[in-house]
Amino acid sequence: MEPLNALVVFLNFVFIPAAAYGAQLALGALGVTLIYGILRFSNFAHGDTMAFGTAITILVTFALQGAGVTFGPLPTALLALPVGIAATALLVLGTDRSVYRFYRERKAAPVILVIVSMGVMFVMNGIVRFIIGVEDVVFTDGARFVIDARGFREATGLAEGLALRSTQVITLVTAAVAVALLFWFLNRTRTGKSMRAFSDNEDLALLSGISPERVVAITWIIVAALATTAGVLYGLDKSFKAFTYFQLLLPIFAAAIVGGLGNPVGAIAGGFIIAFSEVMVTYAWRKVVAYLLPEGLEPTSLLQLMSTEYKFAVSFAILVIVLLFRPTGLFKGQSV
Amino acid sequence: MTSVPRATSQAAPRAGADLRIPLLYLAMAVLLVVTGWIMGANYALTIVNMGLISAIMALGVNLQWGYAGLFNIGVLGFLALGGLATVLVAMPPVVEAWEAGGLRVMAGLVLGFVTILGLVQIWKRMAPGRARTWSMIVFGVAGLLVTRWVFDPGVAAVEAVSPASTGYLGGLGLPVLLAWPAGGLLAAGAAWVIGKTALGLRSDYLAIATLGIGEIILAVLKNEDWLARGVKNVVGIPSPVPQAIQLQNDPDFVARAAQLGYDPVTASTLWNKILYMGLFAAVLLVVLVLAQLALHSPWGRMMRAIRDNEVAAEAMGKDVTRRHLQIFVLGSAVIGIAGAMMVTLDGQLTPGSYQPLRYTFLIWVMVIVGGSGNNWGAILGGFLIWWLWVVVEPLGRWIFAHLIGVLPEGSWLAGHLAGAEAHMRLLTMGVLLLLVLRFSPRGLIPER
Repeated sequence: MEPLNALVVFLNFVFIPAAAYGAQLALGALGVTLIYGILRFSNFAHGDTMAFGTAITILVTFALQGAGVTFGPLPTALLALPVGIAATALLVLGTDRSVYRFYRERKAAPVILVIVSMGVMFVMNGIVRFIIGVEDVVFTDGARFVIDARGFREATGLAEGLALRSTQVITLVTAAVAVALLFWFLNRTRTGKSMRAFSDNEDLALLSGISPERVVAITWIIVAALATTAGVLYGLDKSFKAFTYFQLLLPIFAAAIVGGLGNPVGAIAGGFIIAFSEVMVTYAWRKVVAYLLPEGLEPTSLLQLMSTEYKFAVSFAILVIVLLFRPTGLFKGQSV
Repeated sequence: MTSVPRATSQAAPRAGADLRIPLLYLAMAVLLVVTGWIMGANYALTIVNMGLISAIMALGVNLQWGYAGLFNIGVLGFLALGGLATVLVAMPPVVEAWEAGGLRVMAGLVLGFVTILGLVQIWKRMAPGRARTWSMIVFGVAGLLVTRWVFDPGVAAVEAVSPASTGYLGGLGLPVLLAWPAGGLLAAGAAWVIGKTALGLRSDYLAIATLGIGEIILAVLKNEDWLARGVKNVVGIPSPVPQAIQLQNDPDFVARAAQLGYDPVTASTLWNKILYMGLFAAVLLVVLVLAQLALHSPWGRMMRAIRDNEVAAEAMGKDVTRRHLQIFVLGSAVIGIAGAMMVTLDGQLTPGSYQPLRYTFLIWVMVIVGGSGNNWGAILGGFLIWWLWVVVEPLGRWIFAHLIGVLPEGSWLAGHLAGAEAHMRLLTMGVLLLLVLRFSPRGLIPER
């Protein structure tokens, strides 16, 4: 029995990857949930908004690298991130003005807005493919590891290594900063409070003199920042591929709905719930259990509940179960 | 769940409305003829065949969305199930695989089913509380482990049987045309299960749930090699009409083609496509007639009443949930039939090629551009959007070639544009969808 080794394997293959993935999903789900809270529709173009922001960031990163600018041990993409956010903010503000505002003024049914966002999804998907193509793009640079497996084994004398990639640390830190900023903004500033008021009760907010167009514009800017950050972090951690970002839409929606649409705290919790369940259900537990059981009792099978290809099935199983038993999500969300 | 598919108020019926449908269909026919004239008859027939299948898919989505306001974006999953039915019906059974582990696989499936039934029974019979939660978890995990213990060795045995050519259980070896109704039945069965659980949900929750279920069906198809070889694809599905190569070996056919002044190769490919066209058109006609009859029956009026005002319809004593389930199953069955037809036309099942943008969202564009709630609109949309999807790429290549000619030689933009025409499709479809939603939200042929 070697519980320490079991713990290291668990951290290395389950906890750290799931935490990083959960942070990325949480940032994405926050964007979906904010749009739902303020604009009151499910935005199917969110995955492609993320892809657009990431694509611009990648181009700027390559330009910076070409000019010899780097960010020391950190990835250059973090320097390029503000440009990506600004470009995405312009894109979504332009989309809102040219597409969504028309329906908002006519008070169209939410389901019409969902279909409209499907059209926007097509267009953004086309734009992203036009800008950067469909291939895998790897754009991470700087130091690769904070702790690498061999160094960890030598330092501790354990049989198992623990690798902590710098992108994982950056993901967690950036996500924490972004979430802290968002909550400070929503709870402490006048504009943030007006946003929450608008989300809670639109008519009352209008009566108290809150300008709806301003609230909507600020929401889109925040969503652009969150989406681009989430997209860049995911791309740094794995790699960028336009189609993968479209597929991320599914776990992101699952996270937002499980947490309760319109509820920011719920979106964060939902992101981690989805990420941890995906990783834990599809991980082969054999090694961990082998370290925990007394010698001679090692399991023969992989102890994997489901194969990795079914990770989407996991998020949707959770989604459907939550929707059936708690239709407004684990944390109380809105219901139109 | 208040889903009102139309964004704007009802337009007053115009005097020319009666002429609108024939004129639009005439324009579509002219488009196809011109395409055939420029690109060749074979090309145009390929578009027509897939257009017919697309029209059936659009009719299925129109049943769900246009009649009842149900927002199903799991179209891809039902299409894939229809395709699976083709393999299960038409492919010959792999006897060795059945002997190696077929019974074990079946037993595993039965155990899995029993587990789910057991879970439902525990949920229904025990009082809510911690005891019920824990017994469900324990029973579920135990059931999963036992199922896997029976199921996995069977799967391994089946997949080990000459994996390069079979490695799956095969089908029933029945005539392939039977696969079309079977595809409808399979999709309908899945829709019943899904509808039972998900139809109580609000419109956009239903959308996300169906999107996920579509992905799950596809994941099963891609990964369960024992079922239909997964991403290794099943090829050589029997064809209901004589293949081009068979026709070329038929002396009668070659003689008749020569009489008409065709060489055997051209004549055989065209004749093969025309035969398919006849079959597909017959199915489309049957589905259309049934859908029109349903639309104008009291049942159809009730469906639209539910769609336009659920609360009022419920107050009038209509069972909204049951009606929704009914039309969800019917629409999915139509989509399943189309899926089976598509795989029959291709002669192969390739789960890797089922992309949501192509097989879910494009069908939605067809329905909305054509006119949701109107079957003639859905069919026109099926043809028009499919035609556009096919021709946008060569058209884009042509436009870009001219653009590149104008740009200075070897410039960065020219090189970038050279590979970009492939992405024109999505952009065009998105812009078209947005324009129609904005300026003509009731589509080309609005509901009457």
